[in-house]
Amino acid sequence: MSGPMVSAQGVHKHFGDLHVLKGIDLEVAPGEVVCVIGPSGSGKSTFLRCVNHLERVDAGKVLVDGEIIGYHEKDDGLHEMSHAEVARQRSTIGMVFQRFNLFPNMTALENVVCGPIWVNGENRTGAVERGRRLLDRVGLADKVDGYPAQLSGGQQQRVAIARALAMRPKLMLFDEPTSALDPELVGEVLDVMGDLARDGMTMLVVTHEIGFARGVADRIAFMDGGSIVECGTPAQVIGQPRHERTRAFLSKVLS
Amino acid sequence: MINPVPAAEPARVHRRPRWGSRVLAAAILFFLLFLGQSVVSNPNVDYHVVVQYLFNIEIMRGLLVTLVLAVLAQLVGVALGAVLAVMRMSDNSVLRSMAGAYIWFFRGTPILVQLLFWYNLSLWFPTISFGVPWGPTFVEVTTTAVMTSFVSAALGLALNEAAYMAEIVRAGILSIDRGQTEAALAMGLTPRRTMTRIVLPQAMRVVIPPTGNEFISMLKTTSLVQVIAGDDLLTKSLNFAHINSQTIEFLIVASVWYLLLTSVATYGQHHLEAYYSRGSSHNGGGPPGPTLRARLRGNLFSLRRAERGAA
Repeated sequence: MSGPMVSAQGVHKHFGDLHVLKGIDLEVAPGEVVCVIGPSGSGKSTFLRCVNHLERVDAGKVLVDGEIIGYHEKDDGLHEMSHAEVARQRSTIGMVFQRFNLFPNMTALENVVCGPIWVNGENRTGAVERGRRLLDRVGLADKVDGYPAQLSGGQQQRVAIARALAMRPKLMLFDEPTSALDPELVGEVLDVMGDLARDGMTMLVVTHEIGFARGVADRIAFMDGGSIVECGTPAQVIGQPRHERTRAFLSKVLS
Repeated sequence: MINPVPAAEPARVHRRPRWGSRVLAAAILFFLLFLGQSVVSNPNVDYHVVVQYLFNIEIMRGLLVTLVLAVLAQLVGVALGAVLAVMRMSDNSVLRSMAGAYIWFFRGTPILVQLLFWYNLSLWFPTISFGVPWGPTFVEVTTTAVMTSFVSAALGLALNEAAYMAEIVRAGILSIDRGQTEAALAMGLTPRRTMTRIVLPQAMRVVIPPTGNEFISMLKTTSLVQVIAGDDLLTKSLNFAHINSQTIEFLIVASVWYLLLTSVATYGQHHLEAYYSRGSSHNGGGPPGPTLRARLRGNLFSLRRAERGAA
């Protein structure tokens, strides 16, 4: 038996006086694709960043593959982990950012292999060989020696996906991966993500692409005002939304 | 298709005469001639002495000391400055305030005063001992044995430079997008390795040009060690000057060498800057492309061409 890959339990987050996350509960099963949709400022990205401890949670906890992220649980509560322990946890969780965040001083291949070499201590030859295969898998076999500045937004984002996959993650987080792209480049990135989902990768995707969510997600969570308003299959959430807020949001983005 | 028009002889374009520049140039030329004449025919200075002593062995030794001091102080300054910059931006408030206090002190007192402090340290602490505070002492040396003028000079210049370099490196670190740090952390790098492998290498691009300026400035600042008998270029020059009562002659000797050093350093800096400005952080950087200056030149050139075409 295997438990959930992600289990968020009553996650709260404040930015100063702003209560951004008001008790998020969400589970993602291994191999499942969950899309988080919702208006801007609803806390979707903040929640995603709590999953790999880029934001620390104020209350509640996030477990990935049964391990609490960022904290040790003791009798008297949660104790912060060391930097090295947090880094080890993060190395098993891939993340793709809205603004790609490729390292501009490295080629596409160097971006992909630096993690395996630096973090996992893989040998150079093996890492490079696998890096080439990964870039081939995202359709960029001819761009291995290109620098980020020489690539289109869509190509950069595909390199970023390959870079995350190079760490052999058990979970992939996507933070609005197509929001910074020109419209004609969105498709190529979504195609790669769709392939990844079909290959059985566990994915948590914050997105505005309702079409992608409907086609690829196993479940969709709709967030508004720091809470998950409703969560269910695409047919339920998009086809027959139960809440007025979900209907209002969908009518805006689908029109 | 447009019918080709038979090519006419292009009209010759004449620049508007710049009378103002010509008059000014003539006036300056006249003044320089006058100045040159009064310098060359000056009875108070013996220029043969300048030529005679320019390559004097003692002057050469002084030049070497100046160069070694500048390079050493700059290297230590860069290394210590980088450490201070990282400390200044640390999450640890103790490290942050330590770095802040260091920078406050070393930027807040004149370098000349600092040099005098180091040189005269023995008046304050006659001996330096290594051991457990308030406990046993393992090694004890007299301060005068350690704080030679060279050591005081190098130490004073380096520690002072570190304070300035810290601010330069800090600006470089701040120029790197927060997303770079997040991507590295998400990959599983610790904050320390994120800094040394991702942020600092990229910050170099921003740090290098002002560091070049600092070094050029350092070549000249070393002359201050003359007050602590630093045996540098200026010390040696003034030694001769006092012996022979030929102050101006030897100040010229020193100036010729300082100018040469700074000119070579400036030339080197241009190349370093061109190398590090390949690509810019705004469009991602990295790729070997035209340098910033080449791009600028290219733009100017095409601008001028456009002007000519319009005329």
